[in-house]
Amino acid sequence: MRPFDYVRATDTEQAVAVVSADPHASFLAGGTTQLDLMKDGVLGPERLIDITRLPLAGITHTDTTVRVGALTTMEELAADPVVRERLPFVREALLLGASTQLRNMATIGGNLLQRARCRYFRDPTVAACNKRNPGSGCAAITGIQRMHAILGTSDHCIALHASDVAVPLVALDAVVHVRGANGTRSIPLTQFYLPPGDTPHIENVLQHGELITALEIPLLPETARSHYLKVRDRVSYEFALTSAGVALVIEDGHIQEVRVALGGVGTVPWRAWDAEDVLRGARAGADSFRAAAEAALEGARPLPGTAFKVELAKRTLVRTLETVAGAAS
Amino acid sequence: MKHMETEAPPTGQSPPDVSQVDITLTVNGTAHRLEIDSRVTLLDALRDHLGLTGAKKGCDQGACGACTVLVDGKRVVSCLALAAQYEDREITTVESLCPSGELHPMQEAFARHDAFQCGYCTPGQIMSAVSLIAEGRANSEEEIREFMSGNICRCGAYPNIRAAIRDVAAGG
Ligand SMILES: Cc1cc2nc3c(=O)[nH]c(=O)nc-3n(C[C@H](O)[C@H](O)[C@H](O)COP(=O)(O)OP(=O)(O)OC[C@H]3O[C@@H](n4cnc5c(N)ncnc54)[C@H](O)[C@@H]3O)c2cc1C
Ligand code: SF4
Ligand code: FES
Ligand code: FES
Repeated sequence: MRPFDYVRATDTEQAVAVVSADPHASFLAGGTTQLDLMKDGVLGPERLIDITRLPLAGITHTDTTVRVGALTTMEELAADPVVRERLPFVREALLLGASTQLRNMATIGGNLLQRARCRYFRDPTVAACNKRNPGSGCAAITGIQRMHAILGTSDHCIALHASDVAVPLVALDAVVHVRGANGTRSIPLTQFYLPPGDTPHIENVLQHGELITALEIPLLPETARSHYLKVRDRVSYEFALTSAGVALVIEDGHIQEVRVALGGVGTVPWRAWDAEDVLRGARAGADSFRAAAEAALEGARPLPGTAFKVELAKRTLVRTLETVAGAAS
Repeated sequence: MKHMETEAPPTGQSPPDVSQVDITLTVNGTAHRLEIDSRVTLLDALRDHLGLTGAKKGCDQGACGACTVLVDGKRVVSCLALAAQYEDREITTVESLCPSGELHPMQEAFARHDAFQCGYCTPGQIMSAVSLIAEGRANSEEEIREFMSGNICRCGAYPNIRAAIRDVAAGG
């Protein structure tokens, strides 16, 4: 690990000012991504600004939203009674991620900004990685793919966004509140992430030094049912091969409201707009579910190592829709 | 310890060679003053600087749980924790479980059920198991399996580990 100055932030505005002014400074929250990548030599900031003592933890509620401070941990958010009651698929996605130990450390802001799990990205002895070293190529496209994306990829990068909870959050149209050197702004999560294109090192719309202060999650109608299904190589404590987050309002057998997002397949947490279009107004049943799954994966660009994901993702979505519809009827 | 009151350095300054932090860690109720390299993890601080070698270094990547300790009563993996970040927090290690030499019920149950082979993962398993019960998550075989999944055992002692936990959860 490269040496760095450890600085404990005591004031939010000042923390933003310091990192904004110093390209070699980084924020440190739970550290479960940041410290991990520093140990591996992938990241090497000269100054680490510990934000964990800033007053950005805690959850507040209104009739229509849950507002989550950026420093709230995954375990804390999963334990929130309103999340448990009204947003069960958010809770499921949280508790199916990482381990209890990691969820006690990992913050919601850090979770949204977790970095690629691509093994070539995480190994600095591999020369070709456009995300780590822009312009150097992509070892994964010609190498071993498995935990990689099939939607939103480019010829320059196929890395997956591996967050579980981001899947229901994009489905819900959650909003990210940030503070930068020039003030605050709010960004819909569906517009927060950037597909790799020819700049895979730029992963989201944040400027260097912009701090996530909170996440705002709109509640679903009270009649909505939701579920998050995660398919993986082992039963627990593993990243998704494929996953789906679905929320439905069904009346008289017809789908009135629908939210669908997919994990394990996208370079960004994947809102399946096309699947939603198929399902909205349709009769809830095998035909519309399969049609939605076909629509969701239509643009998939698998490589040999990820070819299995196309059918697996479809079946994952169909199963999730069946589960939610079954619970709703 | 640097606080934000420190001025931002002029841009263009050279990277630090090594950087020290002067911190106080409260471990098992005792405060320890440490002057250490800013890169030292909580795990290395405990093992190399405080001589508390109960927490083990398995993967050093947050993946195995051998380094599990409690912070303010909650289990964390100390290998992905920077020591400086945990100043003034209440850190509890496996050494605290039997202060007077009498085994903690969870330790006793692990011994009774033969819940280990090489023993390397055991301190982490025990800290996690103690935490699991405090979290109220030891109510079924499935629940124990799921919420202990952050602790890997290379020797595969899982059935006996779960049996030990079930025993303690049942009050035995
Ligand atoms: C073994 C292992 C297994 C895992 N399994 C899963 C899994 O199954 N599912 C899953 O979803 N995740 C998983 N994760 C990832 C984990 O959820 C993330 O590492 C964690 O959520 C990151 O949060 P943190 O607070 O530790 O962030 P940090 O590591 O502190 O920060 C991450 C990044 O975000 C920046 N940052 C942090 N907070 C802010 C903020 N408020 N504003 C601006 N920038 C910020 C940091 O500078 C850094 O670049 C796993 C991680 C490990 C190590
Ligand atoms: S997929 Fe992306 S992160 Fe992985 S090697 Fe290619 S460029 Fe790097
Ligand atoms: S040594 Fe910390 S989790 Fe493996
Ligand atoms: S007893 Fe050997 S690793 Fe668990």
